[in-house]
Amino acid sequence: MWFNKNKNTPQKSIDKIRFVVLDTETTGFSFYKDRILCIGALSIENNVIAVRNTFEVYVNQNIYNKETAKIHGILKNSKKSLIEEKEALLQFLDYLGDAVIIAHHAMFDIQMLNHALERQGLPELKNEYIDTSRLYKKTLLKSNLLLKKEQYSLDELAEKFSISKEDRHTALGDAFITAIAFLKILTLLKQKKEVTLRYLLK
Amino acid sequence: MKNTISERVADFLKNYPPFNLLQKKELLTLSEQVSILYQEKNSFIFTSGEDPHTSFYMVHKGAIALHKASKKNTTKSEIVDICDEGDIFGIRPLWVKENYKLEAVAHEESIIYGIPIAAFKPYAQNNENVGNFLLESFASNTANPYSKRHKGNLYSSDYSENITPEVKLLDLQPVTYTKKLISCLETTPVNELAELMNKKRIGSIVILKDDLPIGIVTDKDLRTKIVTGQYPITTPASKIMSSPVITYPKNMTVTQAQMAMMKSNISHICLTEDGTVNTKVIGILSKHDIMVSLGDNPAVLVKAIKRTTKYKQIKAIRKSIMNLLQGYLDENIPMGLTAKIISELNDACTKQVIEISLEKMPTPLPCKFAWMAIGSQGRSEQLLHTDQDNFLVFEDVPEDILPKTTNYFLKLAKHVTKGLNTIGYEYCPAEMMASNPKWCLSLQEWKNMVSHWIINPGPDEVLMSSIFFDYSLAYGDKNLVDQLSEHIFTTTKKYPLFLLHLTKGALQNPSPSGFFRSFLVEQDGQNKDFFDIKSRALMPLVDAARVLILSHSVKSISNTWERYEKLAELEPNNSEIYLACSYATKALLKFRTKQGLLHRDSGRYIALDKLSKEEKIKLKRTFKTVKEIQELISIRYNVANLLG
Repeated sequence: MWFNKNKNTPQKSIDKIRFVVLDTETTGFSFYKDRILCIGALSIENNVIAVRNTFEVYVNQNIYNKETAKIHGILKNSKKSLIEEKEALLQFLDYLGDAVIIAHHAMFDIQMLNHALERQGLPELKNEYIDTSRLYKKTLLKSNLLLKKEQYSLDELAEKFSISKEDRHTALGDAFITAIAFLKILTLLKQKKEVTLRYLLK
Repeated sequence: MKNTISERVADFLKNYPPFNLLQKKELLTLSEQVSILYQEKNSFIFTSGEDPHTSFYMVHKGAIALHKASKKNTTKSEIVDICDEGDIFGIRPLWVKENYKLEAVAHEESIIYGIPIAAFKPYAQNNENVGNFLLESFASNTANPYSKRHKGNLYSSDYSENITPEVKLLDLQPVTYTKKLISCLETTPVNELAELMNKKRIGSIVILKDDLPIGIVTDKDLRTKIVTGQYPITTPASKIMSSPVITYPKNMTVTQAQMAMMKSNISHICLTEDGTVNTKVIGILSKHDIMVSLGDNPAVLVKAIKRTTKYKQIKAIRKSIMNLLQGYLDENIPMGLTAKIISELNDACTKQVIEISLEKMPTPLPCKFAWMAIGSQGRSEQLLHTDQDNFLVFEDVPEDILPKTTNYFLKLAKHVTKGLNTIGYEYCPAEMMASNPKWCLSLQEWKNMVSHWIINPGPDEVLMSSIFFDYSLAYGDKNLVDQLSEHIFTTTKKYPLFLLHLTKGALQNPSPSGFFRSFLVEQDGQNKDFFDIKSRALMPLVDAARVLILSHSVKSISNTWERYEKLAELEPNNSEIYLACSYATKALLKFRTKQGLLHRDSGRYIALDKLSKEEKIKLKRTFKTVKEIQELISIRYNVANLLG
């Protein structure tokens, strides 16, 4: 079950690890005031993403923010079928299992989920996670000539790796961009050295 | 479960046969069953003899090569076909339940769709068109039914100009022609017509009346009838057009088309639905189109490059350039010549990318600029697809409009670097690209930067100089470049210490061989036990040439062997060693290029156990030259004190 101690040992070959790439669309950036409107996720196993095995739910919330709606385009009375937050979380936990989470700015999505879990009286996520905005920095040259940024946005990664931004700002669309970026980062890192889960989590 | 990703998959599938024959709903259901596979370059999708998978595949991004199974001990296997975006492969074995005969390898980093045969089969059985499509592709025995042979049948998809470089048996191939027809009416004034031809970069235009072709106007007509003053430029097209039009059906072969042009002494053929003037025009075929389909010839390729309007079209041509390179190496054409031709072609690609990028800018150029290639590209020594390294310099402008001007060129540079990336040049990992604000400056700003490097030659500054000072103009104003070169020479003269530091940098490359003349190989990392031909053999020669040529203030020779040839001329007493260096550089570059083509990488790391004895001896012979030139510069600039 999802609350078990994580079974992914750092030595396990990364081909055998199940990664769940995740993104949430929210009403804003406050962990307390704002709410999750949509959870999108997909899983990568041995470089394969199965379309039928992807996850996308829209959540019924009382809180709404016109400003962020401009970004994610989720309307208050949209025709999408909505489910209650608790149901959404339970479905998501079931989907997630003991996978390693991958997300861009992972801490934000995980905190958002954890606060929601707490509100619903559920235990918080124990899964290990990888933040692609940080992982990307490991691919960059160690050189005085290169000014590194503290953070790299998903848009910057999409441009670097020539990934289509067509579905940008939908939860599953962003998860897909993140997934492809993650796989491309892995390829770059493998050129430098043997990549283990321990190295990715570091 | 319909979702964002399955919709996107369906969106892609619907553009390509046989999926374009399915209903929207069917397509969506099928898309939900798809798996998306990420393939690293050179990774296998299936190997020969393997049991059939449950899915067949379609290329979403990248390219997949189908090989005949390589026998053991041969490093190279024959490529049967290359599948590009939208091509399907690996379906026949599933259909007839055989093991795979070919092997599929990612030719470049790719994303492919795996489509389960079980989910697809019902459509093929129930939909006659889909079934026929498959039968046809099996019968033609192309692994890839959307291949050249079938382009004619599938012409409804929006391909404006097809260039099919890999085709071998050309003469009997159906012609590929321009399908986006540019036309005008008989009443159109000639000046408007000429403007349209300019804008679309075409050499001929069809004149239509009620949608039927009644005449054709070519560059030649404009030259002989308008420019000579015979007719005013406002003459209607009907007065100067050649009429009637020579028309043919669309499924003619290359040879037929050539014969037809010779017979009627014309350079353009109009293709109509049934081959007569009484049906709609579906395309136009020019001599140029035929030349292009005839294959890999530098002049034809340059022409083809200049005709492109999209980055992706250039990418297709670059494949032909690689074929050409392979051919030259196989036939042992002298390396100097090979490098020159290939560099010219690569330069033409870069130029065209910049042309296309300029079109994308909303406003005209604010002032003159120059796009500079640096590093191996600047030295015209880049034969394989490697990283892009470049910078941009623009004319000095008044200070108040400098930020605005800088922004303009940064925006342009973003387009260009993206375009170069699309055609196959990876982004520079050290961000040495004009899209980086540090490398997109006005002439004065560059002068300041260069002076700083020369006056304060720390390790970073020397490294910068060694990359930067091998530049050549790729596009734009030559005058700007000359001014910059002039500045570098005068500053170097004022600060001779700089040359000493540059020499020191040049001597820091690792040595190619050990005490007993054995090769030194890499100790760790992915390339453990490989020989690094770039940093151990090529770079010392390149670096030494730079130091020496700079001390002689020789402008605009950036190619290493040309630099050595010039040096031999300038210092006759050392000519022997310089000529040896020139030869060694060429030999090493050839070595590297061959290795790179063989392994589809940069050729930098060489597996020594795969080399023949003769090759090893050849390689070792160049090391002696490397050591000699290093000694020469070390003594000349008296580096010993500094290193000690």
